[in-house]
Amino acid sequence: MADSTTLSISSGLAERIRKHGAETYPHECCGALLGRDAGLGSDQKRVREVLDCLPLVNRRDDSPNNRFSIAPMDVIEADRVAQARGMELIGWYHSHPDHPARPSEYDRNHAWPWFSYIIVSVHAGVPKEMASWRLNDDRTEYSQEAIEIQSEAIARP
Amino acid sequence: MSVKVMIPTPLRPHADGKAAVEFQAKSVAEALDQLTAQYADLKKHLFTEEGSLRSFVNVYVNGEDIRYLAQENTPTKDGDTIKIIPSIAGGSVTPTTTENPFGAVLQN
Repeated sequence: MADSTTLSISSGLAERIRKHGAETYPHECCGALLGRDAGLGSDQKRVREVLDCLPLVNRRDDSPNNRFSIAPMDVIEADRVAQARGMELIGWYHSHPDHPARPSEYDRNHAWPWFSYIIVSVHAGVPKEMASWRLNDDRTEYSQEAIEIQSEAIARP
Repeated sequence: MSVKVMIPTPLRPHADGKAAVEFQAKSVAEALDQLTAQYADLKKHLFTEEGSLRSFVNVYVNGEDIRYLAQENTPTKDGDTIKIIPSIAGGSVTPTTTENPFGAVLQN
């Protein structure tokens, strides 16, 4: 199910995620992706829309430069905010300071299926590439999902 | 002894899309056993290969984290609600030593 998905996000929200990664550098940033899972389209491709994002606190005080964690209380709060805004909690973002925007083995071991995981690479404090990943149902690997950046003019609120 | 188990969104595709299921169970372990017996695909997402709950899977009974109760032996009674709440964790490099993915936040 994770091999034919596209994640749609406005350029403004993508920029907010990139800026969050720059702000917390050299530490990892993290946050929630709120939006809508549109289901399968007529072309059998699944399109998800990120309609808002929620910056969260990285709870890994002991190793924030190469780890992040989001506590269950923050997950519950993100879910509450999503529902209050008529959205779903569809995934998470985090940064990889001075590492590529690819999930590590550690990421895979701790991932949930279904959620979209955006990773933004931040090199020397400057945000670089951004990619989105979904864990395969058998937990053995991630599949990359395409990111469609929508210009602000046509992005839905 | 009907106990309601709430299933988080990412696991619902492995549970016929259901948000909640009810079981006759006297403990959390019994409820989770029945859940994974009914929906076998859930097992690998909730439990390690050794059979223990994964570190990023949090289980609450009526709002109380079972880590602070009797873990999976926490008793349940008619009308109780068991919630499975994700923690989210990751990081840029593969660990070289055993570590607690949730730092001090979730230590027992």
